[in-house]
Amino acid sequence: MSETVRNYVTEPVSAGPDRGGQTRPRSSWGRAAAPFRAFARLTIVRVATRRLLLAIPLLFVVSILTEILVSLIPGNPGYVLLGSTATPSQVAALDQRLGLTLPLYEQYWHWLRSALTGNLGTSFYTGQPVLQAIQSSIWVTISLMVGTLVISLTAGVALGVISAVRGGVLARFLDAFALLGFALPGFWIGAELIRIFAVKLRLFPAVGYVSFGQSPAQWLHSLFLPVVALAFGGIAFFAKQTREAMLDALGSEYITMARASGVSARAIVWRHALKNCLVRVVTVLGIEAVFLISGTVIIEFVFGLPGLGSLAATAAGNHDIIMMQGVVVVYTLMVVAINLIVDVAYSLLDPRVGVK
Amino acid sequence: MTDVEGGLIAPAATAGPRSAAAVAQPAAGFSRRLLKQPVAAVCIAYLGLLILVGVVAPLLLPSIAGQQAGSLSEVLKGPSGAHWLGTDSLGRDVLERLLVGTRPVLVGVAEAIGASLVIGPPLGLLAGYRGGTTDRVIGWLADLMFSLPGIVIILVVLAIFPENMLAAMITLGFLVAPSMIRVVRSAALPVRSEPYIEAAKISGFSDLRIMVREVLPRIAGPIIVQMSLAAAAAVGIQVGVAFLGLLVPTPAPSWGGMIADGWSHISSDPWLILPPAALTAATILSLGLLGDAVRDTTAGRWASGPQAVGGTRSIRTREERGPRISSASAADGVHPGHASAGKVLAVEGLSVATDAGVLILDDVSFDIAAGETLALLGESGCGKTMTGRAILGLLPTGITPTAGSIYLKGENLTSLPEKALARVRGRRIAMIGQDPMVSLNPLFRAGWQVQEIVCRHRDGISKSEARDVALDLLRQVDLDDAPDVFRRYPHELSGGMAQRVSIARALAGNPELLIADEPTTALDVSVQAEILALLRRLEAERNMAVLLVTHDWGVVAELADRAVVMYAGEIVEVGQVEQIFARPSHPYTAGLTASSPHYASKKEALRTIPGSVPRPGDWPAACRFSPRCDLSIKACETGPIALVEAESGSRKVRCVRHAEFAERTAR
Repeated sequence: MSETVRNYVTEPVSAGPDRGGQTRPRSSWGRAAAPFRAFARLTIVRVATRRLLLAIPLLFVVSILTEILVSLIPGNPGYVLLGSTATPSQVAALDQRLGLTLPLYEQYWHWLRSALTGNLGTSFYTGQPVLQAIQSSIWVTISLMVGTLVISLTAGVALGVISAVRGGVLARFLDAFALLGFALPGFWIGAELIRIFAVKLRLFPAVGYVSFGQSPAQWLHSLFLPVVALAFGGIAFFAKQTREAMLDALGSEYITMARASGVSARAIVWRHALKNCLVRVVTVLGIEAVFLISGTVIIEFVFGLPGLGSLAATAAGNHDIIMMQGVVVVYTLMVVAINLIVDVAYSLLDPRVGVK
Repeated sequence: MTDVEGGLIAPAATAGPRSAAAVAQPAAGFSRRLLKQPVAAVCIAYLGLLILVGVVAPLLLPSIAGQQAGSLSEVLKGPSGAHWLGTDSLGRDVLERLLVGTRPVLVGVAEAIGASLVIGPPLGLLAGYRGGTTDRVIGWLADLMFSLPGIVIILVVLAIFPENMLAAMITLGFLVAPSMIRVVRSAALPVRSEPYIEAAKISGFSDLRIMVREVLPRIAGPIIVQMSLAAAAAVGIQVGVAFLGLLVPTPAPSWGGMIADGWSHISSDPWLILPPAALTAATILSLGLLGDAVRDTTAGRWASGPQAVGGTRSIRTREERGPRISSASAADGVHPGHASAGKVLAVEGLSVATDAGVLILDDVSFDIAAGETLALLGESGCGKTMTGRAILGLLPTGITPTAGSIYLKGENLTSLPEKALARVRGRRIAMIGQDPMVSLNPLFRAGWQVQEIVCRHRDGISKSEARDVALDLLRQVDLDDAPDVFRRYPHELSGGMAQRVSIARALAGNPELLIADEPTTALDVSVQAEILALLRRLEAERNMAVLLVTHDWGVVAELADRAVVMYAGEIVEVGQVEQIFARPSHPYTAGLTASSPHYASKKEALRTIPGSVPRPGDWPAACRFSPRCDLSIKACETGPIALVEAESGSRKVRCVRHAEFAERTAR
C-alpha cells in the first residue's frame, strides 16, 4: 500500500506512478500490435542468437586453453607429459606431434583447421582418434545427464510445490533433505548404492554399461544406480528452489486477486503459481546442469561407465593433452546446448523476456 | 551447488536499505550476533578444530605422509583399541591418515578462495560501482566463465600440470569467481547511489578510495556468504579430484584418496569409506550452514523465516479448519427475520486479530443495499483493506476474524467452510485491486484470465462460449478492440487497460457485491475519471452493491452514496456522503475533508492532520484519535467512546463532542 498520510495530503488526486504508454491512442496500438507480436515471436531467435554468439568466445577460450597451459610449463614440456624417464628422442617425437616447436598461434591454427574439418587429432597415449573416442562415449554421458535432469526436475518440483502448499513436517523434512543433498558427496552415495543394491541385494550391476542399441532394458538397468546417485543432490536442489519460488508466487498480489475471483485452490497452485515458479526453476536449471557435469565425471568413474567423464579422467591421468583438448571442447558444446535449451524454455514460459 | 537455506539466487539483496550508522557498527557486534546462533557456533567450532588439525597433525605425525604401508597383518581391520578408526588396505592407521590428510584439503580450499577473492570482489565492485560499459563487459565475462564445465577444466590443468594442486585450485577459484562477481555487483549497485557516497564523491575522494573505504565494508556480508559457499564447493571438488587420484601424489594421505581406497574395498570392508566420506560431508555441511548463518545475520532475517512461509499455508490449512468463527461465537445459517434482510451485505460487529492477539479491526458494522455504493474511508493503516479482505475470507496468514458476522443476503459467510466460501468469491462477491499491473498474472494472456473466471462461474459452458463471454465482458468495460486486448499479456497493457480487464474479470461471475479497493489510486489522473465513470455505469446497469475502499474524497464524491469513515480499526463516522461532507461530526472526518485537495478552499494552504495513524497494538484505550485531535478534552481520554446515533438516526459518530463539533463545522 503506497498510500501514506504524506502523499494523501500533498499529492493532487492521488496520482500514482506513471504507467508508461497509458495515454497512447488505441488506434496506434492496433497498428503497432501486429509487428510487435511478430517481434515477440522472434524473441526466441534473439535469445538463441545471443547464446550462440557467446559460445564462440567460449569455445575459443577452452580450445586454446591446453596450448596456453602447455606453453606455461617451465622447461621442456615433453618431460612433464612423458615423465622423467622419457628418452630425448621420445620427447623430440612428442614435440613434433604436438607441434610444440611452433609458436602458440601456429599450434592453435593447426588444431583449429583440422578441428573444423572434424579431425580432433589422435591420442598420443592410446593412438585412438579423439573424435572416435568421444563418439563412443558421449551417449553414456548424455543418457546419464538427461536421465538425472528429468528425474531430479520432476521429483524436485513436485516435492517443492507440495511442501510449499502443505508446509509443516514435509517442509522440515525437505530442509533436512536439502542439507543432505548439499553435503553428501555423489561418490559416497554411489559407493553405498553399489554396496547395498549391487553387492548385497544383487539387484543392479555394480559397474559397466550396456548401450541402448544392445538392450534397452539393460541400458536402463545399468544407468539406474548412477542416475539415483546423481539425482539425489539434484532433487534436493530443485525441491528447495521450487519451494522458495512457489512461496513467493503464492504470496503475490495476482494470486490474491485470482483467489478473490473464485479460482479454485487447485488451479491457483498448479496453474497460476506453478507457471510463475517454473520461470525461476528454469533459470536455475542451467546452473544445476553445469554443476551436474562435474558430478557425472566422478560418478562415471565410480560406476565404471565408459562415458566422457571417464575418458577425461583417464586422459588427465595419462597427460593426454590432445584427448583433453577434444573432450573439453565437447563438454563446452554440451554446456552451450544446455544453456540454449534453458534460454529458449525461459523465453517460451515468460512473455516478458526480451521486452524492455 | 545447492545453497542450503535461501537458494542460489536469494542472497543478492543484503546490503540494501541500511543506514550508514548501522553499517558503522563495529564488526564485533556482527560476530557476537553470529555466535549467538547455535548452528553457526557449532560450525565455527568444527571448522576451527579442523584448521587446528590441519596445522598440527602433520607436525605431530611427520612419518605418516611418507608411509607406504603399515603392518600387512593388520590390513582392512575395523575399529579397535589400537586403531580407533581401523586400518586401510595397506594396513595403515585410518585416523592418523585422516588427520594428516586434512591439511591438503584446507590448503586447497584456501588456494581456491584466495584466487576467487583476487578477481571476484574487485570485478564485482567495479561493475556495480561504475555501471555502464564496464558493467556490461564484466557481466559478459562472468557469463562466459559461468558456462565453463568446471571439473573438466580442472582436469585439463591437471593433465598438463600433473598433481599440481596449486594450479588446480587456482583454476577452481577462477571458476567460482563469477558468482562472487554477481553477488558483489548487485550488492554494490544500490550503495552507489546512496547520499553519503555522493557526498564522498563531491568531497573529491577518488573512486578507488570510495570503493575500498565506503563500499567494501557494506558488502562484506555477501562476500563472506559467497566465500563459505565457494569453500564448500572447493572441498567437494578437491576431495573429488583426489578421489580420481589426480591431485595428491601417493603415498601422501588425502580424504579423496582414502575414499577411493574405501570405494575399491566397499564389498570386503564397508567401514573403510565411512570416516573420510563423513568428514567430507560434515565439512561441506558446516561451510554451507555457516554461509546461511552469515547471510541471516547480515540480512536481519528478512528474506527467510516464517514470514516467507506466510500467505500460503492458508490455501489448504484453512480449508481443513472449516468455519472461520466457531458457531458458538457467531450466529450461523440464514437469518430470515434479521434486520439486515434486504441488504446485500451486512457486516456485524466484525473483529479481526493476529494470532498473537493484536486487534486489527474492532467491532466493525455496516451494510450495503443493492445498487448502493458504500465508501470505506480513512488513511492507510485504518483497516479498510483488511475489512474488504475479511469479507472475502482472504485475510493474510496469521490474521483471523475473532468475532462478528458477515451476512451476504442473509447468509453468514463467517460460518462457511473454505470450500463453500470459494464458491462465493467471484460469483457473488468480486474484487478489483489497487494496482492493476500486479493484480493480473504476468504469464497469462489478459483475455484468458477473464475466460478462466467465466468458465469457473458458469457451469457447463464450453471453451469457445466462455471466450465469447469474455470478449463481451471486455467490450462492456469499454475496451474497443477487445480481441486485441484479449491476446495481450499484462505487461503489454497500459494501467488503465489493465484495470478495465480486472473489472471485466470481476464482472465475469455476475457478482451481487463488488469490492473496489482503491480502484484508481495507481492510475493517471486522466484515466481515473474514465474508470470512475465506468464503475458508476456498471453499478447502475447491474444494480450491484459496491464497497469502495478509498482515501480519496474525490472518488467518494464521484461514486458513493454513503460513507463509513474508519480510524485505527474502528468506525468513527457513518452517514450520507453529502451530509458527512457538508457537516462532518467527527474531527477526523473533518481533517480528512480539509486535507483533500478537492474540497479545500483555493485561497488557503492545504491543511494536514498532524501525526499519523497508530499501529495496531498501539491504540489508545480511550478515543483513538485524541492524540491527534485539537479538540481533545478530558472526557476523550477517560474511556472507550461509543458509536452513537446522531441527527435523524441515519448518521452515527464516535465522538463525545460531536454535537458542538457539527455545529462549528456546518457550512
